[in-house]
Amino acid sequence: MPRRRAAWLLALALAGLAPVPGRAAGPAFAAVVPGAPLSFPRDHGAHPDFRTEWWYVTGWLDLPDGRSVGFQVTFFRTRTGIAPGNPSRFAPHQLVFAHAALADPAVGRLRHDQRAARAGFGLAEAAEGDTRLVLDGWTLDRRGRTYAMDILARDFRLALEAEAAGPPLLQGEAGFSRKGPRPAQASWYYSRPQLAVRGRLAVEGRETAVTGRAWLDHEWSSELLDEAAVGWDWAGINLDDGGALTVFRLRDARGNTRWAGGSRRWADGRQRAFAPGELAFEPRRHWQSPRGPARYPVEMAVTVAGPGGGTWLLSPLLDDQELDARASTGNLYWEGAVTALRDGRPVGRGYLELTGYGTRLRM
Amino acid sequence: MTAARLTAALAWSALRTQPGRSLVAALAIAVGIALGLAIHLINHSAVAEFSRAVASLAGEADLSLRGRMPEDVFAALAGDPDVAVASPQLELRVNLPGRREPLTVLGLDPFRAAALAPQLVGRPVEAPDGGRGPAGGGLALLEPDVVFLSPAALEWLGLAPGDRLPVQVGVATRELRVAGSLPAVGAGRRLGVMDIAGAQWTLDHPGLLTRIDLRLRPGADPAALRARWADRLPAGTRFETPGESGERGANVSRAYRVNLSVLALVALFTGAFLVFSTQVLSLLRRRPQLALLRVLGLTRGGLFALVLAEGAVLGLAGSVAGAAGGIAIAALSLRLLGGDLGGGYFNGIVPALSVSPGAVAGFVALGVAASLAGCLVPAWSAARARPAAALKAGDEETAMARVRSPWTGLACFAAAGALLSAGPVDELPLPGYAAVACLLVGGLALMPWLTARLLTLIPDAWARRPVAGLALTQLREAPGYAGIGLAGVLASFSLMAAMAIMVASFRVSLADWLDHVLPAQLYLRVGGGGETGFLAPADQEAIAATPGVARADFLRSRALSLDPRRPDVLLLARAITRDRPAARLPLVGDPVPVPRDAVPVWVSEAVVDLYGVRAGDAWTLPLGGQGLPVVVAGVWRDYARQHGAVAMAMEDYRRATGDARVNDVAIWLAEGADPGRVQAALRERLGAGEGLSFVEAGELRRISLDIFDRSFAVTYLLEVVAVGVGLAGIAVSFGGQALARLREFGMLRHLGFRRRDVDALLALEGALLSAIGVAAGLGLGWLISQVLIRVINPQSFHWTMDTAVPWPLLLAVSAVLVALATLTSVVAGRRALSVGAVRAVKEDW
Repeated sequence: MPRRRAAWLLALALAGLAPVPGRAAGPAFAAVVPGAPLSFPRDHGAHPDFRTEWWYVTGWLDLPDGRSVGFQVTFFRTRTGIAPGNPSRFAPHQLVFAHAALADPAVGRLRHDQRAARAGFGLAEAAEGDTRLVLDGWTLDRRGRTYAMDILARDFRLALEAEAAGPPLLQGEAGFSRKGPRPAQASWYYSRPQLAVRGRLAVEGRETAVTGRAWLDHEWSSELLDEAAVGWDWAGINLDDGGALTVFRLRDARGNTRWAGGSRRWADGRQRAFAPGELAFEPRRHWQSPRGPARYPVEMAVTVAGPGGGTWLLSPLLDDQELDARASTGNLYWEGAVTALRDGRPVGRGYLELTGYGTRLRM
Repeated sequence: MTAARLTAALAWSALRTQPGRSLVAALAIAVGIALGLAIHLINHSAVAEFSRAVASLAGEADLSLRGRMPEDVFAALAGDPDVAVASPQLELRVNLPGRREPLTVLGLDPFRAAALAPQLVGRPVEAPDGGRGPAGGGLALLEPDVVFLSPAALEWLGLAPGDRLPVQVGVATRELRVAGSLPAVGAGRRLGVMDIAGAQWTLDHPGLLTRIDLRLRPGADPAALRARWADRLPAGTRFETPGESGERGANVSRAYRVNLSVLALVALFTGAFLVFSTQVLSLLRRRPQLALLRVLGLTRGGLFALVLAEGAVLGLAGSVAGAAGGIAIAALSLRLLGGDLGGGYFNGIVPALSVSPGAVAGFVALGVAASLAGCLVPAWSAARARPAAALKAGDEETAMARVRSPWTGLACFAAAGALLSAGPVDELPLPGYAAVACLLVGGLALMPWLTARLLTLIPDAWARRPVAGLALTQLREAPGYAGIGLAGVLASFSLMAAMAIMVASFRVSLADWLDHVLPAQLYLRVGGGGETGFLAPADQEAIAATPGVARADFLRSRALSLDPRRPDVLLLARAITRDRPAARLPLVGDPVPVPRDAVPVWVSEAVVDLYGVRAGDAWTLPLGGQGLPVVVAGVWRDYARQHGAVAMAMEDYRRATGDARVNDVAIWLAEGADPGRVQAALRERLGAGEGLSFVEAGELRRISLDIFDRSFAVTYLLEVVAVGVGLAGIAVSFGGQALARLREFGMLRHLGFRRRDVDALLALEGALLSAIGVAAGLGLGWLISQVLIRVINPQSFHWTMDTAVPWPLLLAVSAVLVALATLTSVVAGRRALSVGAVRAVKEDW
């Protein structure tokens, strides 16, 4: 669950809305308890009783000239708990945020843009029943096995279709994904790896046809972050052999692992969830942010013990994939396209998220 | 060089030898400039602040949709492909318990406003203990009972972040939490900002928006968007660019401002007249001296320049003093009265004084110009005089022969008549004011001729006694002097009389009107200037059922925008029966029969003037989305709302809008019921504290008349100033005359006149002259008052009134003026005669 929390907070705080610690005495949010199986397509849609939820698409796009760029398109939904009795159609019961970024080595840093609005009036909605998200013209919809997204950002436009090859990859125990030592620290979490992408990308007025491979995460929860954790590392890799690798860990103030998890799925559909003790993260190369005190382990070796394990080296498409939101929140974090190497040979591509470096994430 | 220095030296010495006269003339100019500049500065500051407020509200919007509208309009507009950002707003004037003036509160969506007007997004202030802050922390912006206040509002309310702000909603009081401030909102703007959902819910205006700010996508054409939406918008809404909004602010107060400026011009005109009389008398006195200078080589041009230079010095001194005074008055008024001089046009705006050097320079130049204009005629006639004739004694009268012809005056009167038949210019009664000026100038020009005619009417029998005979002879034979002395009385007294007649007429008509519009004994008002105080249907039932209430008439009033370029009119829905509208409305003219199936409305005179509708016309009111077709059934007189009011029957209003709330209740008490007890019972039933205000009809009448008197206080002040300046003018004229007649008085003393006899002579002359002046002033004043009542008032304020002449006041002031003028002439004469009889006679030889 803490994965993507950074971006969630970022979006929230963009509008000066960072939630307050200790503000627990609100309405009852739905709890994440194991047992109830996920059911599709219902669980493709929003779960407005839970505090927070996201649909997170990350991937690599191959341009006609042979170059590759990374992209992310994220929609967040959050239930505020403010004045549940307010009958106004503007009442901010649910907020919708969206975030889009493009990682191009030729630019040397991220192009990004964001949106935020209260749900309502058909302008900002996270529909129940299926994936239908809209926010001031930005859309993400599921049609059968295909996710369609249209994002007109400040300095680029993404119009993509991403087709899933297999069924949803349920993380943890059938989608119940623990995020801390306490059982309540958990989320509902499934992924759609190996999405075949085709569509169009327009940058600076030049539109090109693109193809690529992407990954979608859908996660929802009500529980707050473990109090000892200051940040987290996460990676989701589409392996070239058709498999998928998910790893994440929560770090405490000393940089030690507080909790870890993830999964491996093979091309034939076999799947194994990792136990917290089976994962090791080892920074290999750091990159110093020019914008703040953060030093990110942009090159990271991830070792998984047990069946289907091994060591993958995650190497960034470009070093500066830091998202700068200091103007609104003071938060800086790293979310970037990476190549996975095994024994020096590329075996997959995906995304790495690094949060809580430099300063503890402000909440 | 030498000539210039000589001119300067001569001008200076001339002014110095008559310090009193010069001072009064300069003072009059100073008063005119001070008033004019103060009005300009106050209004300029207010409009500047208003424009800043408009700009800060609109932020970076390309276009705004304004007017009351359902919130669906927002969804539709925001979905337009040309719209990049749409920011919905609900602006309400919120009633504050215990305060007369409401607070403007803006409900907005911070997510959307952040893109267009980030200065309107509140900054939460953390609580000092770092815990649950005043607004409970970061989500504060979205809490339904949280308000952010501008610095000016915080100061006005004496609140700090963390405090509670009680507001009136319906008849109840709700508390808002002040979560922080709006530091970037202009220092002069009292404003609160809430979340839009909170404003709709907490302030009880569900589903309503008053404005949507739009930023268009790059390349989109605002005109095309306007055209595309023109037919799809609810009645009463319209698109506006930020520029158009600012313009409206300047227009709102224009009529008021122009009227005040004209009063300042009157003072300036008086100043110019005093310069004129000072210079005429000074030149008469210096005639031999100036003739000598001419003989010694001073050219005509040089002499002309000399007289003008004297005027310029007077004008400059007066103007500079006036400018300083004007800035001081403006600063003081802004602090005490606000930017609209109590006119109520700039609600919530607290402007800081902004002094533009250009305006100050302009007004100083105007003062100098007025002074120069006063000097032109005397300078011209002095320069034309033949030195040989002027060197002889006793030549003074011929200089004044020019002003004895009646034709100039009659031409001015004719011009006034022509001007009066013209309509207003650009909705300002400028021809009316010009007609007043013509009447005044005409009256002054006619005065010498009129005096001569009037004096011949005095029976010869009066002239048998030596003193009276001499006085009459003097006045008959030398009417030039008399004319100038009279002009001062005439100018000031006629203006004063005109104002007095106008104000009295207005007040009498207002009192009649109040009797008509206040038929019940007790009035209950909820939320005077605001929009959040109202009585819900349940409250209305409770009122009607209260013991002691024989009958309750409910009234709903709300603003209605009929034309984006004009201020809103007030819509009044009340119990009016279509057959007997006169029972509730002071109708002007007869009501027009209206078809049974049509909705009748009755409009105030201002609506007729401003919107061009007449009784019997079919019309559409922007009510209920589609617009409500109505028929104008009659016209009524309304002194309360100069921007116009439309009255309609309560049931028609409710049918069209579904709005069942009311603001005011007129209560007829049951036989023998005690108003105090009924009030207490009503308060108990409604459960509202300070939000309800009860007033008995008599009290309301008194308050209304008090407000009337207060708003005319400026006028009274100007009247006093005008009369004071006029009296000072008399003193100057008589003093000058007495000096010029030293030889005559010396001779009379030699012939055996006692000092007492000379006093009596002067007193008689003074009394006769001022009586003539006052009589003529009364006549001229009546004429001018008719212009004010029949032309200027209807054109500026769009209401009519019936003439009522305040005889006791006018007669008392007349008597005082004559007495003062008599006294003045005696005192002035005595001072002049103190030089001694022998020297007085000698001077001539």
